[in-house]
Amino acid sequence: MVLSKQDYQLIAEIQDGLPLSSRPYTEIGDRLGLSEQQVIERIGALQESGVIKRMGIVVRHHELGYTANAMVVWDVPDDQVDAVGEQLGSQPCVTLCYQRPRKLPQWPYNLFCMIHGQQRERVLDHINRIVESQGLQQIPRKILFSGKRYKQRGAKYQ
Amino acid sequence: MDETDRAIINRLQDSFPIADRPYLQAAGELGIPEEELIRRLQAMLENKQLSRFGPLYHAERLGGGLSLCAIRVPENEFERVNEQVNSFPEVAHNYARDHEFSMWFVLATETPQRIDSVIREIEQSTGYRVYNMPKEEEFFVGLKFEV
Repeated sequence: MVLSKQDYQLIAEIQDGLPLSSRPYTEIGDRLGLSEQQVIERIGALQESGVIKRMGIVVRHHELGYTANAMVVWDVPDDQVDAVGEQLGSQPCVTLCYQRPRKLPQWPYNLFCMIHGQQRERVLDHINRIVESQGLQQIPRKILFSGKRYKQRGAKYQ
Repeated sequence: MDETDRAIINRLQDSFPIADRPYLQAAGELGIPEEELIRRLQAMLENKQLSRFGPLYHAERLGGGLSLCAIRVPENEFERVNEQVNSFPEVAHNYARDHEFSMWFVLATETPQRIDSVIREIEQSTGYRVYNMPKEEEFFVGLKFEV
């Protein structure tokens, strides 16, 4: 999708949030000189094309009790990474799953997944269950729990 | 936070109506009045339980760059390096993790080319190597928190 100047203005206008009022799209339109219908159409198009991944609540997961956040990294043979990635990605408790480059020799891991939970013990249980049910015992892995969160904000667009 | 707040969070992480009265429509699905939904969202934003109510963008489709980076920082240097890293506006979030690779942050830049130059600037400022680990393949993204 080719974005117009108007699209970028709209993207910047709503990046910090939608107005909390009965007709939010009218309000946005008033600020940008667009009609409510135009705003609705453009946001719909941005969503359809995937520029907007989703619209709605972005939580602060720490404040909601999700303090045990594990990044599980795996050193998967290159010819198996797609299969294992699909396997891990389909586990209900896995929230993100990506292949990333190894940084040898210090960092041999090429598959990353995130598991968020409210208690460390439960997260470890989940991981053990996945390893067993998916037959991943042979694949070297490391679990990196998060410590302090130093910054959380969305990217900024002009 | 009560049952209604929980229902709102569970329902409105996936999608929000694009219609002339979106709050009215969403509130209807939740079985509460429109003003109550707006008031509760406002309260949860003020309490910092919600970070934002709005769009989540796909950085690359906006023409931007995005990458996960890590630094191996010894404990006694962590605070200093952390401050220097977080002073870059391109650093979107930053977590300490219990590993020799102890600092993990996401860079979000206006163009993909900017990623490399920001990394060089961070390396110069901190004196540490930045390991750049952009995603090569995405198997699942469904970050959603049930409460």
